Amino acid sequence: MLNLLWLQSGGCGGCSMSLLNAESPDVLTLFENAGINLLWHPSLSEATGDECIAMLEGILVGDIILDILCIEGSMMTGPMGTGKFHIMGGTGKPMIEWVKALADIARYTVAVGSCAAYGGITAAGANDTDATGLQFDGEMAGGLLGKDFTSQSGDQVVNIAGCPVHPDWVTETLMSIALGEHNDEQLDKFGRPRMYADHLVHHGCSRNEFYEYKASAVDMGDRGCMMENMGCKGTQAHADCNSRPWNGQGSCTNGGYPCINCTAPEFEEPGHSFCQTPKIAGIPVGLPTDMPKAWFVALAQLSKAATPERLKKNAIAEQLIYPPTIHKRKG
Amino acid sequence: MSRIVAGPFNRVEGDLEITLETGEDKVQRAEVNSPLYRGFERILLGHKPMDALVYTPRICGICSVTQSVASARALADAMGLGMPKNGELCTNLVLASENITDLITHFYLFFMPDFARDTYAGASWFDDIQGRFKATAGSAAAQMLPARADFLHLMGLMAGKWPHTLSLQPGGVAKAIEPKERMRLLAIVAGFKRFLESTLFGDSLTTISQLKSEAELWQWYQQKPWQSSDFRRFLHVAEVQQLHQLGRATDHFLSFGAYGAIDDPMWAAGSYRNGQTSPLEIARIVEDHSHSWMSDSDYPHPPAQGITQPTLDNEAGYSWCKAPRLGQEVVEVGPLARQVVNGHPLMRDMISRHGGNVLSRVVARLLEVAIVVGQMEQWIKQIDPTAPFCHHGEMPAEASGVGLVEAARGALGHWLEVKNGKISNYQIIAPTSWNFSPRDQHEQPGALEQAVVGAPVLSGEKTPVSVQHIVRSFDPCMACTVH
Repeated sequence: MLNLLWLQSGGCGGCSMSLLNAESPDVLTLFENAGINLLWHPSLSEATGDECIAMLEGILVGDIILDILCIEGSMMTGPMGTGKFHIMGGTGKPMIEWVKALADIARYTVAVGSCAAYGGITAAGANDTDATGLQFDGEMAGGLLGKDFTSQSGDQVVNIAGCPVHPDWVTETLMSIALGEHNDEQLDKFGRPRMYADHLVHHGCSRNEFYEYKASAVDMGDRGCMMENMGCKGTQAHADCNSRPWNGQGSCTNGGYPCINCTAPEFEEPGHSFCQTPKIAGIPVGLPTDMPKAWFVALAQLSKAATPERLKKNAIAEQLIYPPTIHKRKG
Repeated sequence: MSRIVAGPFNRVEGDLEITLETGEDKVQRAEVNSPLYRGFERILLGHKPMDALVYTPRICGICSVTQSVASARALADAMGLGMPKNGELCTNLVLASENITDLITHFYLFFMPDFARDTYAGASWFDDIQGRFKATAGSAAAQMLPARADFLHLMGLMAGKWPHTLSLQPGGVAKAIEPKERMRLLAIVAGFKRFLESTLFGDSLTTISQLKSEAELWQWYQQKPWQSSDFRRFLHVAEVQQLHQLGRATDHFLSFGAYGAIDDPMWAAGSYRNGQTSPLEIARIVEDHSHSWMSDSDYPHPPAQGITQPTLDNEAGYSWCKAPRLGQEVVEVGPLARQVVNGHPLMRDMISRHGGNVLSRVVARLLEVAIVVGQMEQWIKQIDPTAPFCHHGEMPAEASGVGLVEAARGALGHWLEVKNGKISNYQIIAPTSWNFSPRDQHEQPGALEQAVVGAPVLSGEKTPVSVQHIVRSFDPCMACTVH
């Protein structure tokens, strides 16, 4: 059995809530079958207060082995480096001190969500709490633990980025650790598990036909492609949200709104309004990943010229107003 | 008199610490500390108003949709924008989906596991309750988690995902429901209803929602063995352990009104005390910083002119949470407050006998589950897939707006000010800010601080189990509290 400890700091708890959405099977069944023993989780465990502190101290003195340390939420280093924006309840000690001490002895350290990975939403705006990630501060390696940090296994922090994370991203990463198959090779250059981060949100997007013909939405709720006007970053965002649905059959684009690239460091400050595409001379600034600009512009012009009437009309409507034409085999 | 610093409190959302002074085997005094500050009100400053719809749901992963709705309402108010009927219905459904999910999560995962503690090993009911509700190991979680996940398919369909959707907009919803999806929604709710009726209640939702008095509740309870459903299990424990005697606070209740149109909610807005209902007076709401780690601690702040400037220099401070007050009064919010303000006969009867307490808070929560899930089917049927779902508008360069909503755990308000096309002030008062506030300038303790006074402390207890029941009976969300 692998012992897993889960702590939360400067976040919203949404990654834990998302974890509870795991299905086929539920998260408790999955952990049990993966051989993961939950030492403590803030939403699930019985131990409170003194019982919890005794367990944490047991880990620090080596009585309890810590195989996997999962951290959710940003690391609150302010004010002035003191960590006092989050003193862990009942302990009088800043959470960043607990995390540093525990990460030092954990076999694997896992950042769950973009806050723990990179700072995330909590680091938005002026960031006057000095929120940062475990091993990244935005795109820069470093963060609370420093760029050279390795866990006892010799591996860097695993960044299961997302706001929130998909439950399967967490459970599958933990399963691969439990199977002994995890190492740094499994991560991309932002530390994200490649199992889900080697895909683009664009893959499997149900609006792909609109994308092909550049039939674009102009208002929230329109059916068309949201890349040209609505700020959608699905063609650049590393995640499998449209090939592995959320909550049964959902995804951001299926829910009627653009991908905001929440698995990327610094997604929280895109430099433009989230739901408006920044453009230069009418051309979107962020082009699809690996697409040469000249070809994109040329193909976009061509496909716009060829847009079928059905897609033009449906793109700017809430409802399907123009169903696909039925072709009879005979006259 | 001895002093206990209890924390970290888990099975609440976020981190929580309570300092207790105990004597004569009872809690004599309490100070509640919300130990995490993130500063959303400052994060929002300078951003485009519509971007609040990205930031505010991320205040909280368990009240995410409610934060979205409050924000969308504040934006709509500032824009002078209304929404079509479909927008209202879909907002109700997404909001209900989150609230019901939270109420169920609270009951099964956060609240009941405390009765499976070894503290209760000698109790007559212990073996059954431990088998059913033991944290991570009980049989109930294994049934509840799949039912919860299936129910949240409604969220996948209507909101893309949960938590953190952008589908809830000032003028309605960004996701129009197609005819096939309307059928699917009915199927999802039917599946969840089956779980509630067979496992949670052991009876029809209608029967539960029509219970009219405490006497009727106990008559219903006695109709079948107490092990026949999870609600009866709870009532049995409550009866034996006398939970109605635990956790009384101010008995002054506040609700912003829930579901339906903003100006015509399904459950009325207002406040209730001593048998009297009063209309909601937003203008009387203030936030007091006297015992918070906040600047400007010498006078109360109406939220529209609120200030959020954290500082550890306030020596009287012991929490990052401000202290919201209605006028100068401490109020309790939550499902019990909602039902009492709206006049549900069962909850009015229960509080007339023993006030707000651990029993009445949990009963109100489950009563809401029964009422709302029944209502969800009606809302789905009323969706017209051929009619509009969203209106669109422009945000003026200078504007202000207020957005009020009821989260699973009570009244939530957003106060927005826009200058030069950007957010110049944004103030949030969350349900647990009300319930778990620190003292105010008149040294009045917050609702929880009052509720735990008198709670029994057993010999050797460092985190008294009675205090745990009381704390969790409020279903606190600490992430929202300070935000």
